[in-house]
Amino acid sequence: MNPISAIHLGPVDYGILVIYFAFVLGIGFALKRSMTGSKEFFLSGRSIPAWVTGLAFLSANLGAQEVIGMAASGAKYGLMTSHFYWVGAIPAMVFLAIFMMPFYYGSKARSVPEYLKLRFDEKTRGFNAISFAVMTIFSSGISLHALAKLLETLVHWNYWTCITVSALIVLVYIFLGGLTSAIYNEVLQFFMIVMGFAPLVYLALQDAGGWTVLKEKLIPVATGQGFAPGTWSQSWAHLGNPIENPMGVGWFGMVMGLGFVLSFGYWCTDFLVVQRAMAADSMSAARRTPLIAAIPKMLFPALVILPGMIAIALHQQSGGMFLPTATDGTPDYNMVIPTLLAKYLPTGLLGIGFTALMASFMSGMAGNVTAFNTVWTYDIYQSYFAPNKSDSHYLWMGRFATVFGIVVSIGAAFLASQFNNIMDMLQLVFGFVNAPLFATFLLGMFWRRTTGHGAFFGLIGGTTAAALFHGLALAKGCVPGIKGGWLEPMFSFQSEMGQNFWMAIVAWSACFGLTILISLLTRRTKSDEDLKGLVYSLTPKPKAEDEAWYKRPVLVGILVMVAVIILNLLFL
Amino acid sequence: MNFDLRIPLGLIFSLYGIILIGTGLTSTPEMIRQTLGQNINLGWGVVQLLFGLTMLFLSRRKK
Repeated sequence: MNPISAIHLGPVDYGILVIYFAFVLGIGFALKRSMTGSKEFFLSGRSIPAWVTGLAFLSANLGAQEVIGMAASGAKYGLMTSHFYWVGAIPAMVFLAIFMMPFYYGSKARSVPEYLKLRFDEKTRGFNAISFAVMTIFSSGISLHALAKLLETLVHWNYWTCITVSALIVLVYIFLGGLTSAIYNEVLQFFMIVMGFAPLVYLALQDAGGWTVLKEKLIPVATGQGFAPGTWSQSWAHLGNPIENPMGVGWFGMVMGLGFVLSFGYWCTDFLVVQRAMAADSMSAARRTPLIAAIPKMLFPALVILPGMIAIALHQQSGGMFLPTATDGTPDYNMVIPTLLAKYLPTGLLGIGFTALMASFMSGMAGNVTAFNTVWTYDIYQSYFAPNKSDSHYLWMGRFATVFGIVVSIGAAFLASQFNNIMDMLQLVFGFVNAPLFATFLLGMFWRRTTGHGAFFGLIGGTTAAALFHGLALAKGCVPGIKGGWLEPMFSFQSEMGQNFWMAIVAWSACFGLTILISLLTRRTKSDEDLKGLVYSLTPKPKAEDEAWYKRPVLVGILVMVAVIILNLLFL
Repeated sequence: MNFDLRIPLGLIFSLYGIILIGTGLTSTPEMIRQTLGQNINLGWGVVQLLFGLTMLFLSRRKK
């Protein structure tokens, strides 16, 4: 391992870290008094102002994968990575705010699976609740494992000490302060990331010679791998054919697979993020939540992707001496952020940057734990095991589920550390389950004829289609098996990412078609009266005319879309 | 009722600002070289302190 990426923390840096933990725990303790019932614990009593839920909405997604992974992609693929923001996030966030939040918030559902129960039936909710609960707990374990592994490499802390200490901190503050505690700490983490990474990017960009010089330095990175000179500094210009860019993705797969199916499936239906908006103090605040998140979100590529682009340019310039080398001989892209932290931040700011990194892992985990304890308590425990218990019983169960969830997370981290394949396998299966989901919500919210049977069997069909497609498709250079092609590698893709985007398109289409077909063949079990507040055509439109212009979701949504189009054009 | 989040935000970033300013004022020449000849701790310390104080101010004003 290249020695440059070892981080040497000074006493000031440890001080900053300790202060952070003290505040995190302090927030939990201070909120303990507010946790008077299950509604307070799981939904923050629907009392959080929009700017807080907005930043938490953004931050809940800003976990380990985001900070480390987006910087890695910035180095590996260049500016094209911005599609994960400008195509793969903002439009879905605007859609959620304008069209979907009225149903989530207005229906008084306490979770996304509960919305499915109100809109469709018990089995659709059960399928979604159980798969979501399993997924979140494993994601939380993966976060934990990634954090401990990184700290072990960077600062040589013991793996199991890292796991235990971070799990314990997350446990304490959620146990005490529930969702509010998680949300408050996510906002704190958001500011830590901005405060820690902004000077890092500033210094690194200055060292690389500024944006114009950086673009020139990225030319040999692209040509060296056989791509056109501008590939690393343009977002759209090389999407005509999958072989023209390092992602191995064409524009259709990018727009439909990532921009439509995966992005809307995640941002509009994943309870992890939607839960933040549901905690807002009014319908108007709930609708503004994703929009408030969208504004920093569209600027985040500068903080998380740009560092990767700078690192790979400097790596190229130094003849391969900047980033450490991975076991397969390529640069170790995951070390982009740690390498930059170690190189540019002096003791003091290093503490802020390092703490921000730890904070993002921990709040990623906390987000999963709060979503898990809610779905477990309301959608699984209350529905199937113990209905009609007192509210304090469910509050108690929420706290118990927090402990249970964290213990299982630690188990999942252990699995991840021992058996890499199990984690790959699980993530693959989660991918099958998630891919079709948005079709169900779209039909459910906008077509009153959609039936419970249609939704449920459509979902099963979509998931099956995803698995079958995966069995028939294989990316270049992969062996049949977990990467795909386990039935018969019939379709070949330029990259695993391209294959994944197309799998999503296939799963979504199958679910969409099947849900319509089965709905037409089955009888409606819910009358128009039952569906009031759950379906677009049967719900009175929320009025926002009497609010200030910056509080009107439609207007702000349009402005956000215009801004993101301008960004795309600027970096075409 | 939940407390105002701007209070802990204001406190922690004011505190971090003061720590960074202190570190910046006692920087070694080597630290200045690492940050390309600028005293980044001092500069960002001031930014964080101002941010923290603004948060505290806002939390007191709106009641």
